[in-house]
Amino acid sequence: MDPMQEGEAPLLAWEDPDEHREWISKEKSKELYDKTSTVREVVKRYLRDGDYIAFGGFGHIRIPMALIYEIIRQGKKDLVMACKTAVHDSDLLIASGCVKKVEVAYAFGHELRGLSPASRRKAERGEVEVVSEWSNWAFQLRFKAAAMGLPWLPTRVMLGSDTLRKSSAKVIEDPYTGKPICLIPACYPDFVAIHVHRADIYGNAQIDGILVEDFELARAAKRLIITTEKIVDHEEIRREPWRTSIPYFLVDAVVEVPYCSHPCNMPYLYYFDEEHISEWLRLSKTDDGVREYLDKYVYGVEDFDEYLDLIGGQKKLNYLRKLEELRAPLKAPWAK
Amino acid sequence: MNDRRYSTTELMASVASRILEDKKSVFVGTGLPMIAALLAQRLHAPNLLIVFESGGIGPQIPTLPISVGDSRTFHRAVMATTMDYVMSLGQMGYYDFGFLGAAQIDKYGNINTTVIGDWEKPKVRLPGSGGGNDVGSFCRKTIIIMRQDKKRFVEEVDFVTTPGYLKGGESRYKAGLPRGSGPYRVITQLGVYGFNSNGEMTLVSTHPGVSIDDVIENSEFEISIPKKVESTAEPTEEELRLLREEIDPAGIVIGKRK
Repeated sequence: MDPMQEGEAPLLAWEDPDEHREWISKEKSKELYDKTSTVREVVKRYLRDGDYIAFGGFGHIRIPMALIYEIIRQGKKDLVMACKTAVHDSDLLIASGCVKKVEVAYAFGHELRGLSPASRRKAERGEVEVVSEWSNWAFQLRFKAAAMGLPWLPTRVMLGSDTLRKSSAKVIEDPYTGKPICLIPACYPDFVAIHVHRADIYGNAQIDGILVEDFELARAAKRLIITTEKIVDHEEIRREPWRTSIPYFLVDAVVEVPYCSHPCNMPYLYYFDEEHISEWLRLSKTDDGVREYLDKYVYGVEDFDEYLDLIGGQKKLNYLRKLEELRAPLKAPWAK
Repeated sequence: MNDRRYSTTELMASVASRILEDKKSVFVGTGLPMIAALLAQRLHAPNLLIVFESGGIGPQIPTLPISVGDSRTFHRAVMATTMDYVMSLGQMGYYDFGFLGAAQIDKYGNINTTVIGDWEKPKVRLPGSGGGNDVGSFCRKTIIIMRQDKKRFVEEVDFVTTPGYLKGGESRYKAGLPRGSGPYRVITQLGVYGFNSNGEMTLVSTHPGVSIDDVIENSEFEISIPKKVESTAEPTEEELRLLREEIDPAGIVIGKRK
């Protein structure tokens, strides 16, 4: 069946499902073994320059910031990022020069806070290449197709738009209804990190609150790193198995990092650090400011614990917990 | 409008909230749409079902969320699930209203939130679709809230991020989009607009103090002006009190009272 329309963008991170089946049989062990590691080690071992990457959560909710800082610290380069609602994660990785190409559903913005000066500047100067456009759901369907072992999934979004024209989706006449339908190609990122509330040493992971896309993304990932607020006993997983959203055999490494999502939101645990995010948004208006920020908070610290001291330590973290629990008022320096 | 007892943003919030109906659903973003939905819930639409793209269904919003996915968007919700679940419900036809913002709009309600200028060499790079294309594709009635001037109400948008009525007539449905979906109202600082049966923007009401000439002068395309144009109803004292004291006391969206 000839497509009625084909998106102009190149097809990235796609695999023939049979080839991916082969890859799974070679690379994904079903053995229960201790996968605990460190942020430094997982970035060094699992992330290669030029990899196609994606992060769990929602751009500035439940994201693995400790790992993102480490990617910048290790100077990884030429990364291609799935900006499937990417916010603070992509802003820093683009600003620091680690990311060279992006596929965009949402990027270059900080939602209610406005546009992201640094990554937007990089895009307007052509220093980061926008490869393709998608809607949020279309991007998730790419992971869902991968997670189902299918080459694509059909949907009725994207139709009639330039978003479709600048994607790698195709439109065919649906053989059942005779109406046009959009086919979204699968996406298998090379490297995915998902931050969760708790996991055991094998990688069985639980997420509290919305899963966003992580149910699908965990399966679409080739290499999957779990960062967790807390490592729990394996028995805790077995006692309430219905709470597991990511099973161990999908996972390559587990890293325990409390407050890993800072300065972003971790549902039920801590809210946004608007003071810190404002500092970034203010400094990142210039290239010098970006350097100043990275020197202070990324290159200038040994590890994430030192970073947490620098952002205000336990006192700040206690405030962010109270804020999350609606027991303290929000102070947002960017508000009108 | 500074000498008035309300700001333009407060007026727009009031207008948007009155469009929403009780026992219906609304797919919201944060900012003004969120404020409008909360206002509607407290007045005429207590059974308005609020849904967020990231997975929150039926939350009881305690305070204005910063992100459409932060913990406020599923606070005391009936379900905290996946984006796929929420979006699939939209494709099935469960969502009555949806909100969108726009950097540019044309007379058919096609929306640009991707780039100003060429896509390859953008003058301004904007965030892209986000959930916008999804909302605009499947919600039954989409409400667009945006600023109006000649650079924003344009003959041709630089990029169709989210489809409106495309080229008018049957073109939206011929592209494969569901019947009974599409742009319903556009709310700007000057007035409220709807769409005729050919999918072209028509004036519904002008805000107090705004003339029809103001509306015409602030659009590059021709807006169809009906014989009878009403004046937008002003926000009530109760609406203003709720907005200022309960819904956005920090003035994050509606601004701080001087």
